Amino acid sequence: MDANKNFVVGIFDDEDILLEGVEKVRDNGVKIHEVYSPFPVHGLDEALGYKRSRLPMAAFLFGMTGTSLALTMQIWMLGYDWPMIIGGKNFASLPPFIPVTFELTVLLAALGMVATFMIVSDMKPYKWPRQFDLRSTDDKHVMAIDLALNAGKSKEDIKRILKEAGASEANDKNFD
Amino acid sequence: MGHHIAVEAEQYVFKPETKRKIFILIGVGLVVFVLGLIMAMNSGSAGHGEGHASAEISKSLVASAEVSAEPAAAEEHHGSATWLKRLYTSLWMNNIYFVGLGIVGLFFVCIQYAAQAGWSSGMQRVAMAMGRWIPIAGLLTIGLWFLVSGDLFHWTHHDVYEGEAADKILTKKAPYFFWPLHAGSFPIFYIVRMVLFFGLWYWFFLAIKKRMEAEDLDADTQHWYKSRSLSAWFLVFFAVSSSVAAWDWVMSIDAHWFSTMFGWYVFASWWVTGLAFLAFTVASLKDAGYLKIVNSNHLHDLGKFCFAFSIFWTYIWFSQFMLIYYANIPEETVYFIERMRTSPYSWIFYTNLILNFVLPFLLLMTRDAKRQISMLRVVTPIIMVGHWFDFYNMITPGVMKYEGSLGLLEIGLFMIFMGAFLFVVLNGLTKLPLIGKNHPMLQESLHHHI
Repeated sequence: MDANKNFVVGIFDDEDILLEGVEKVRDNGVKIHEVYSPFPVHGLDEALGYKRSRLPMAAFLFGMTGTSLALTMQIWMLGYDWPMIIGGKNFASLPPFIPVTFELTVLLAALGMVATFMIVSDMKPYKWPRQFDLRSTDDKHVMAIDLALNAGKSKEDIKRILKEAGASEANDKNFD
Repeated sequence: MGHHIAVEAEQYVFKPETKRKIFILIGVGLVVFVLGLIMAMNSGSAGHGEGHASAEISKSLVASAEVSAEPAAAEEHHGSATWLKRLYTSLWMNNIYFVGLGIVGLFFVCIQYAAQAGWSSGMQRVAMAMGRWIPIAGLLTIGLWFLVSGDLFHWTHHDVYEGEAADKILTKKAPYFFWPLHAGSFPIFYIVRMVLFFGLWYWFFLAIKKRMEAEDLDADTQHWYKSRSLSAWFLVFFAVSSSVAAWDWVMSIDAHWFSTMFGWYVFASWWVTGLAFLAFTVASLKDAGYLKIVNSNHLHDLGKFCFAFSIFWTYIWFSQFMLIYYANIPEETVYFIERMRTSPYSWIFYTNLILNFVLPFLLLMTRDAKRQISMLRVVTPIIMVGHWFDFYNMITPGVMKYEGSLGLLEIGLFMIFMGAFLFVVLNGLTKLPLIGKNHPMLQESLHHHI
C-alpha cells in the first residue's frame, strides 16, 4: 500500500477528549499522521510526541549572517572603497553602522525563518492543502491516520481504537 | 478549559536563618563601608596627579560649553571634602537605584491589572511586597536631598544666579526648580514634586493593597475591577512622574546638559532591574518550596521580560548615545567625554554594556535558559549589578568629575541598602498570604502554558 493515500479519519468533538484520545491511540501502537483543529490546543504537540522545532536555531544563524553582512558591507564601503569624512568621524566608526546592522539582522532573520519554514513544511506555490474533513475549520478536531504506516493493523482495528479513544466518528478518506 | 484546579493556601514565613543571613549581609556591608570610608578619608589628595591630564581634557572641552568664566575654580570653593562628596554621591546613587526597585514592584502589579493579564496572578504578591519600600524610599530621598544637595546639585547655589558672572543656562532653567520663588532661594517647585510623587505612589500602593486584603476575605470580583481602574490611573501618573523624577533626581546633577531620552533611560534601567529582582525572588521562593502554582511557564515569561527589557534598555541607551555622538555638539558631547575618557568611568561605561546587554542577550536567548531556575538565578544578579553600575555612571561623574572612584565605600553601601531592601520586602511578604486565593484570574494562571 502506498503511503499518503489511504487514511482513516477520526472526528473529535472536544479538546479534552482529543488530548486523552491522542494518548490512547498512541498507547495502542497506532501512528498518527496529523491532527487538525480549528484553534490551537495547548498540550497537543506534547501529546503527539513532537520534538521542539529547530527554527530558532535557523533564525539565529540567519540573524548572524545579517549582522556580519551589514558590518562587512559598511566597513568596506565607507572604510576602504569610498572613504568619506562625515562630521569629522573616523572612516569606519561603529556607532553609525549599528542601525543598519540591526535592520539587516532582523531582515535576514525574518526572511530566512519564513523561507526555512516554507521549505521544511513543503509549502510551495500552487500546492493546495488536502482536506481530511472540512469540519476541522469549523468545530471538530480531526485526527488523520495513514493506513500504510500502520500496516500491522487492519482498518477495522484502527476504527475500533479511535472509537474507544473517544472519537465521535471514524471515517475512510482516500486520495488518488 | 473545563477543569478547576484547587489551590493550596500559602503563607511566607520569614525564618530566623533568613533574617540572620540578611543581617550578616548588612553587617559585612557596614564593615566594608567603614573601611572604604576610612580609606577615602585618608587618601586625601592622592590621585590628583594622575587625574590631572584628564582634568585638562575635560576642562578644555567644558570651556566651550560653560558660560561662566572659571567654573572649575568657583566650584572647588563651596564643595565639601572629596571623601564627603564621594559619600554623598554614593548615598544618593544607591537610594535612587532602590527607589526604582520599590516603585517597579507596584508598576508591575499595575501593568498586570491594566492589561488584564492572568498568567502573573500567582506571583502578584511578590511584586506587591517590593512596593513596601516606597514610603522608606520617599523619606530617604527627601531626607538625603537636604543633606547632599549642596554638593550634588550645582543649581542649588544662589551665587550662580547673581552678578556679572551669572550662569545664563541655569538662570533660564531656574523656574523649573524655584517657581514661584526667585532663583537661588528654596527650590519649592522641585521639593513639592518630590513629595507629590512619593505621596501619590504610596497612596496608589495602599489603595491596591487594601483591595487585595478585601479580596482575600470576600472573594468579590469588584475588587479586581477597582484595582484595574486604579492601575490605569497610576500608569498615567507614573508615565509623567517617572520621567520628571529622572530629570529632577538624576539629570539635574549635570544641570547644563540635557537629553530628551533621559526619562525613558532611567525608567528602562529601573524597570529591567525591578524585573530581574522579581524574577530572582520568585525563582528563589520557588526553590525554597513556596509558590507551588508557579511553574516553568511562568518563569519563562519572567525570563522573557528580563531578556526583552535588557534589549529595550540597550535600545534607549544607544538612541541617546548615537544622536549625541553623531551631532557632536560640545555641550552635549561633554557628557560622554567625561564618561568615556576618565577613570573609573570609562571601564564602567563599557562593562555596563557587557553586563546589561551582551550577557543577558546571549544567556537568556534560548527557551531552556528562561525556564530554568538555576539560569535565572545566574542572569538576574548580573542585570541587577549591571544597572547599579549604570546608575553609578549616571550620577557620579557629574559630581566627582575626575576625582571619582569605585571602591569599598560604594560596594559597602550597596550591600547595606540591599540588605535593608531585602528585609523590607521579605517582611512585607509575611503580611499578606503569598497567593491571592480569590484572584479572579488565578485559574488562568494555573493553566498558563507556553
